[in-house]
Amino acid sequence: LPEVGSLNPETLEEALILADAGPDLASELASDLRRALAKGLLSPGQERAFLREKLLAFFPKPAPAPAHRPEVILVVGVNGSGKTTTAAKLAAKVAASGGKPLLAACDTFRAAATEQLQLWAQRLGVEVVAQRAGADPGAVLYDALAAAQARNATHLIADTAGRLHTKDNLMRELAKLHKVAARAVPEAPHQVLLVVDATTGLNGLVQAREFREHAGVTGLVLTKLDGTAKGGVVLAIARELKLPVLWVGVGEQVEDLLLFDPEGFVDALLGEPQRG
Amino acid sequence: MLEAVSERLQSVLKKLRGEGHITERHLDEALGEIRRALLAADVALPVVKDFVARVREKALGQEVLTSLSPGQQITKIVHDELTRLLGGEAQPLRLKGFPAPIMLVGLQGTGKTTSAAKLALFIRQKLGKHVLLVPADTQRPAAREQLEQLGRQMGLPVLSTHGESSPEAIVRNALVEARRKGFEVVVVDTAGRLHVDEELMAELERVAEILQPSELFLVADAMTGQDAVRQAQAFGGRLKLTGVILTKLDGDARGGAALSVASITHVPVRFAGTGEKPGDFELFHPDRMASRILGM
Ligand SMILES: Nc1nc2c(ncn2[C@@H]2O[C@H](COP(=O)(O)OP(=O)(O)OP(=O)(O)O)[C@@H](O)[C@H]2O)c(=O)[nH]1
Ligand SMILES: Nc1nc2c(ncn2[C@@H]2O[C@H](COP(=O)(O)OP(=O)(O)OP(=O)(O)O)[C@@H](O)[C@H]2O)c(=O)[nH]1
Ligand SMILES: [K+]
Ligand SMILES: [Mg+2]
Ligand SMILES: [Mg+2]
Repeated sequence: LPEVGSLNPETLEEALILADAGPDLASELASDLRRALAKGLLSPGQERAFLREKLLAFFPKPAPAPAHRPEVILVVGVNGSGKTTTAAKLAAKVAASGGKPLLAACDTFRAAATEQLQLWAQRLGVEVVAQRAGADPGAVLYDALAAAQARNATHLIADTAGRLHTKDNLMRELAKLHKVAARAVPEAPHQVLLVVDATTGLNGLVQAREFREHAGVTGLVLTKLDGTAKGGVVLAIARELKLPVLWVGVGEQVEDLLLFDPEGFVDALLGEPQRG
Repeated sequence: MLEAVSERLQSVLKKLRGEGHITERHLDEALGEIRRALLAADVALPVVKDFVARVREKALGQEVLTSLSPGQQITKIVHDELTRLLGGEAQPLRLKGFPAPIMLVGLQGTGKTTSAAKLALFIRQKLGKHVLLVPADTQRPAAREQLEQLGRQMGLPVLSTHGESSPEAIVRNALVEARRKGFEVVVVDTAGRLHVDEELMAELERVAEILQPSELFLVADAMTGQDAVRQAQAFGGRLKLTGVILTKLDGDARGGAALSVASITHVPVRFAGTGEKPGDFELFHPDRMASRILGM
């Protein structure tokens, strides 16, 4: 069936701004569309397909999952983005697919962060390595890496404290966690997931730059997509930093973690086409 | 200060030097840049549109003050209007009733629990009142433990809620306990929730009905983008908000959400969270925030 209700450059620009893609990216894409229309490259009704293709090209394909066991995954991000919840959901995914996850409570700073992860672990029937509040996160990770190897865990998932990317000392702490992992397990950490809240505005791009630089981020998790926010800042992040979006969080329950679906994401961003 | 506006805006405003009064031509160019600057600072699009229209109306045909260029004058109008919308003069806490109930609400992870504890400490230290912290988040794993640990760190009592399962029961008990033990203020932490979650939004209305809070704060994250409008509409539409607490201002987000939330809810931003430590909490300064949003 053909599409009615096509996009024009103005409605496109507004849709992208409202989705948090940012005014610059929005006006750039609107200009691309305007130019394509002016050159007669598009027949009426093809606007959406044209844009869809452009936006989908921003997202790099995720690298194949590493074969190393244990696979070491660090979960990082700014305060309150959903790291601890995502770490727990990932552990549940590993367990559901027959693996043996181990959680590491490397947030020793925030009040009751360890208890939060322990409650999740209990609920999931997954083991967790933790120390007392205020312990060195590097020491927790070190213990957890040893435990993962000793207990034949297939995946070690380390939750880390929330931190703003502007705090140098805290960013250096992440670089240190990286080193601790690399010393214990070849090529670890195999994944460093940056957890981005879908309600985040353009600061998300700055966050991603800094976390990639200091913590070697390899991919993104976009949380809280169950709300009204569209999470468009990941367009800019994926494009500039060539980082794939791997997972999306769509709720507070353990099953609310989905593989990222670029087509679905882009369609939601551009607004559902009306079908006639 | 008026000289230091973000570069692009500055260069447009420079061109307006030496003109006698603000003309439409000046305005169009300057307002285009102001629109862009506000969007780049994450002010929500509908709020930007309203704001730009209002500035246009105020500025058009205005005599240029002898001491200012038209560019400076437009900047001043923008800055003043931003400051006004963000809440103007700082307002003192309103503590009515015995105990005076204060309630915090907001989306998941914005900083409610941390802000509840910081606000209680502020009231204890700055106003010298006896405050009881009330953990009414029965959703998030270890939410109560988090508030208990914060209370312990700050030397503030936290209501023990063992046994009660609903937020309604917890706050009812909190009022009774506070009266009995002579606490003058109760600060109630609630579970994070999405504004589209009908069940949890209805629960908040019931809790507010029981508490009759003398202050009801929406806690918003300074890094929020365009969604700020929907949050503000939904929470503001169902609850009688009295103010906004803007958290995580210690980062480098420009914080345009402050303007979005304040313009939609018609309540001022009252407090700023500026870090993870107990003392990282202060009265909000609208004029500073206006400068920050403009990149000044
Ligand atoms: N609706 C919704 N809520 C989520 C999602 N992911 C996490 N949350 C909620 O967001 C809040 C913060 O999540 P956490 O996992 O504690 O976030 P965090 O990044 O570990 O926070 P800090 O450790 O304090 O920096 C909690 O209330 C979670 O239940 C999601 O995908 N959707
Ligand atoms: N840097 C910084 N972090 C803050 C600030 N306020 C809160 N946080 C952090 O943000 C994260 C979330 O804070 P919480 O108080 O748990 O947020 P919440 O709204 O209660 O979260 P839920 O109950 O899960 O909805 C924690 O890591 C806090 O330490 C602030 O002003 N600056
Ligand atoms: K947040
Ligand atoms: Mg956490
Ligand atoms: Mg909380």
